[in-house]
Amino acid sequence: MLEVIQDNWDLLQDGFVGTLKLTVVCGIASLLLGTLIAACRVSPVPPLRWFGAAYVNLFRNTPLTLIFFAVALGFPKLRFNFSFFQFAVIALSTYTAAFICEAIRSGINTVPIGQAEAARSLGMSFTQTLSQIVLPQAGRAAVPPIGSLLIAMVRNSAIASAFNTTELMGTSSTMIENGYKSLWVLVWIAIGYLIITLTMSALLAALEKKLAVVR
Amino acid sequence: MSASRVLFDEPGPIARRRMRIAGIVAIVAVAALSALAVRRFADHGQLDADKWRPYTTWPMWRYLLEGLWATIRAAIVATALSMAGGIVLALGRLSRRRALRWSATGYIEVMRTVPVLLLVYLVLFGLPHYGVDLPLFWKLVLPLSVSASAVFAEIFRAGILSLDRGQREAGLAVGLTDTQTMRLIVLPQAVRRLLPSLVSQSVGLLKDTSLGFIVSYSELLYSGRVLASYNRLLIQTYIIIALVYIVLNASLSKLARTLEARQGFRPTGRRSVRTLLRARAGADARL
Repeated sequence: MLEVIQDNWDLLQDGFVGTLKLTVVCGIASLLLGTLIAACRVSPVPPLRWFGAAYVNLFRNTPLTLIFFAVALGFPKLRFNFSFFQFAVIALSTYTAAFICEAIRSGINTVPIGQAEAARSLGMSFTQTLSQIVLPQAGRAAVPPIGSLLIAMVRNSAIASAFNTTELMGTSSTMIENGYKSLWVLVWIAIGYLIITLTMSALLAALEKKLAVVR
Repeated sequence: MSASRVLFDEPGPIARRRMRIAGIVAIVAVAALSALAVRRFADHGQLDADKWRPYTTWPMWRYLLEGLWATIRAAIVATALSMAGGIVLALGRLSRRRALRWSATGYIEVMRTVPVLLLVYLVLFGLPHYGVDLPLFWKLVLPLSVSASAVFAEIFRAGILSLDRGQREAGLAVGLTDTQTMRLIVLPQAVRRLLPSLVSQSVGLLKDTSLGFIVSYSELLYSGRVLASYNRLLIQTYIIIALVYIVLNASLSKLARTLEARQGFRPTGRRSVRTLLRARAGADARL
């Protein structure tokens, strides 16, 4: 079992770094896009709300695999040419953003209306109400679900391996083809994923602890 | 609407005018983007009528519907299996026996992070090594169930924990055993309360069946791929398949929301209090 990791150290390292890169880039992209869509969904402008709702319903109800196929095979047909990594980033972050948007929105929904009303009756302006009263509370409520979404994103990123992106899962087929026992290959890859997600869990737990307040 | 109530005050005449202008700008922007996209499709001949005509014929649809049926079958079996597994794991995690609790917790935590794809590979490449070669259907459904049972376990655990403690205590007080209390008192109420979450989680499973393309189980997406390589209508096929998935999953999500709304009227437990509060806030908004 150990020779799998000794013989393929470089391959596994490349894959691990690939998954890590995918995680960081997609994490940032989907957080930004998700926040933008969430802003649309809760805006007082009806057409923006419709757009947000349409986006969420579209991407939440389509399998990620289908989005990957559509991006990797459909885009070249329309002469949008990107690298495999870029395709993976586009597919994974547009999909994850739909879920992040919903997490942010339900975070806002957990803030009691009285909080905003109290802020307004104290004479706080719109910006003050939002930045000092509503969003801090909403953010606190949204951190745990966003955390589990980001962890789910790491496991979803494995699908990119089917589309030639250099990442952890993709290294398995090379090693299995080279005759290593598939069981040990897959165990080591699972450990690789565990390293990434457990680190993320620890960081998120620390963040939650830091944000926690007595209500 | 409640989100807007927290974020924004009731708009006055100036704000309303600004909102109207912003609305028009948004509509124009979205329309311009869609026009650009349509143009892109049209420029590369993807909107030509004869590229879409095959999908007005019955044989094409029959092929896709067979794929859809295979998808639904896999999703139903996987949901049933992982719900059963989920209940067992949830009870294990809540058990008083430490060995049981730890092994259930370990299973749940590991399965939460390991990609489903890895489990599929394990069944696909690992098991035949040990002389176990499952039929295609099980090569897809088994890894899906193994992975999803961890998710269902967490849902069930949350449901059991959310139930009022008095329910269990009352069950024990009238002389039921631990197992009887769980089976007759706690679980039925928890499952009822969890129904919406269970339905929306089954949407996730339905989407995951699209991994069938790896094991070449001919579910909807795989059928579409076969079809596209045969008639070379890649974009059209994917659009139609996406629509089928969206309609199916959106109806399931809608069912979950309906179930959740119906629960609001049952005055039991903590949850209904929150719903009552929300209903009151809704009444305020209408004033």
